[in-house]
Amino acid sequence: MTPPEQKSLLIKGGHLIDPASKIDAPMDILLRDGRVAEIAAPNKIRAGGDEKFDARGLIVAPGFIDLHVHLREPGQGYKETIATGTAAAAAGGFTSVCTMPNTAPVVDSADWVEWLRSPERKALVNVFPIAAATRASRGTTLTDFAALRRAGAVAVTDDGKPILQDEIMRSALQLGAELNFPVVQHAEDTRLTENCPMHAGPTSFRLGLRGQPASAEAAIVDRDVSLAQQIHESRLHVAHLSTSDALRAVRRGKRARARVSCEVTPHHFTLIDENVGDYDTNFKMNPPLRSAADREAILVALADGTVDAIATDHAPHAAHEKQVEFERASFGITGLETALALAITKLHREHRIPLARIVELFTSGPAHVFDLRGRGSLAKGNHADVTIFDPKKRWTFEAARSRSLSRNSPFDAWQLMGKVVATIVGGRVVYRAD
Amino acid sequence: MQPPSTPAYHAAFPVYPKNKPSKNNPAKNHPVRGSLLGIEHLEAYEILALLQLARRMNPVKARPLLRNKRIVFLFYEASTRTRTSFEFAAKSLGAITTLVHASGSSIEKGESIIDTGYTLRAVGADCIVMRHPSAGAPHLMARHLDIPIINAGDGMHEHPSQALLDAFTILKHKKSLKGLQATIIGDVFHSRVARSACHLLTKFGVKITLCGPPEFVPEVAATLVPGLRVTRHLEDAIRGTDVIMLLRVQTERLAGQKISLQDYVSRYQMTAAHLKLARRDALVMHPGPIIRGLELTADVADGPQSVIVDEVHNGVPMRMAILARALGRAK
Repeated sequence: MTPPEQKSLLIKGGHLIDPASKIDAPMDILLRDGRVAEIAAPNKIRAGGDEKFDARGLIVAPGFIDLHVHLREPGQGYKETIATGTAAAAAGGFTSVCTMPNTAPVVDSADWVEWLRSPERKALVNVFPIAAATRASRGTTLTDFAALRRAGAVAVTDDGKPILQDEIMRSALQLGAELNFPVVQHAEDTRLTENCPMHAGPTSFRLGLRGQPASAEAAIVDRDVSLAQQIHESRLHVAHLSTSDALRAVRRGKRARARVSCEVTPHHFTLIDENVGDYDTNFKMNPPLRSAADREAILVALADGTVDAIATDHAPHAAHEKQVEFERASFGITGLETALALAITKLHREHRIPLARIVELFTSGPAHVFDLRGRGSLAKGNHADVTIFDPKKRWTFEAARSRSLSRNSPFDAWQLMGKVVATIVGGRVVYRAD
Repeated sequence: MQPPSTPAYHAAFPVYPKNKPSKNNPAKNHPVRGSLLGIEHLEAYEILALLQLARRMNPVKARPLLRNKRIVFLFYEASTRTRTSFEFAAKSLGAITTLVHASGSSIEKGESIIDTGYTLRAVGADCIVMRHPSAGAPHLMARHLDIPIINAGDGMHEHPSQALLDAFTILKHKKSLKGLQATIIGDVFHSRVARSACHLLTKFGVKITLCGPPEFVPEVAATLVPGLRVTRHLEDAIRGTDVIMLLRVQTERLAGQKISLQDYVSRYQMTAAHLKLARRDALVMHPGPIIRGLELTADVADGPQSVIVDEVHNGVPMRMAILARALGRAK
């Protein structure tokens, strides 16, 4: 990753929120050699620091971690590259991103995992590859989890496709349990969702589109949670959870002390199926935008601790893949640059979820899901990954000015609150708001 | 591999389209005035104006309101009555028309809808009448072109000209729509005709009952417009109704469903005996093509209450009105 910096950086005058260390107070932080060197009450750090960052009036948080991004390399560099995708991540305050393996070819070998982590990719933030759980994500033969892990993969998944066969999912969880390796599931019973571009409900009926029933997600989550309960020490992570029934299954697993975790996307806590309007393909993603009741359930779960992380499912697509018939348009939207602002605008301002909980969902929550050691918290000795943001700054997101190679965001021209001011990776400032 | 980007296309056609989609967000562009994408977003007064205009249209002795106007019929899906009826409507108003079919055109070679639209606009089309198997395809076209787009049926979404000609037909037999009861029987789920009819009739105070098995009339259908009623029992649906609208049973859609063709016929076929339950002056309607012996018996189709042929007949003046409005000649 980033080479250790010799210079030190003193972040002065900010308000530190570090949920893992239970800190929510004004603190100064000294970063040195890519690590957190010292944390102390304001003006108590003696060492000067080669550089100073004036964080007065700003929130200083551990670097944000996104468990779910599609950076499209290898093979689909016209949608996004590691370089452009991580630049967008930096602008959104993310210091670490976990990349999905549904590329061309699929990241199902140690070689591809190493390729992704190579400095030649010119990543601006830390890239943690998630590898395919089955060969070519065909859902039939498991990949070599041990080799993938040695190469640097943090989890396995067939994202984009679910692992449907019970036996394959069982053996994936079993192998994962032996290696202490999380299995990430894109929960969708594809037998129920063929040719369904959106959620099944009044809106899909009105628009004359086939709908994915909410049960298509819940059925798989239900089965997976049951398997995770049966298999001792297995680790299941439910990707982009979107329905209240699936949440119920996750709660069941957590109550039974199974190692089950889940993530929720900003678009699922912000939008509902009605927002598709008259076939706006920037509102088409998978899982689809759900009902108002599902969104309510997600908001409750974000507040009460059921949800472990906010993940963007950043899914860039070229204009020609979106400016087509709704049924033919690619699934997915970009999300790295709007995630924090949506969380502050919707969760904090509108639904009164404390800022500390939101920071947790971006930091220690996701770090814990994939065991990202030394990240997700600014304890002394940890990686010097820091996100500094202004929770009160109003701004307008313009998709045309995105750092991503693609523009497919439903939030274009949205007025939002809360903006990233600086992103620091390994002690080095990789993004600074202008 | 990337298809050529649209900016290059614009460079090749510097004149058209006149109002290019904004670079930031093409979706923000509104359809051109005169476009008819669906009934849902039309106001009642706009519908009334169209119906009144249709009444003044005479296909045999029409003024050449659309002389030298170029109208393209862009059909991605087969059609007999809608296409010929639009074509006669356009020609009787003096328009120049051409038909573009998905097969045997550049569409077959993989051209996108928008690029096809730009091409048609560049050759001088003043209006595009399009039918497409994907819901929302005309909306996509309308967002990118500066000429009116007429939806002649998009997937399972809407078929606005059919709903208008049905209302036109009903009004030839009934004084007003307000207070009428209508029953729509059959495969509502897959039917764009049913969706458009529900939107239109509800705007004028018609009480609508949908009838069919759950596969064809799911519970969610009742949410389409306020006041819709869903029932599984044909007798219950027909009793006392003023208008019976039948939908074609698409036999290929019954495959894999719980209900068999025989079941459907025995439970939902419109027979002379059933018709007696409706009001004595009830109308029997059907968007066609009808399958005798399936959704209705031959004696109902040919009976005195059937206005199925009138509907086709009324399609021409109705579509004359739609085209005249589209091209700003609704005087």
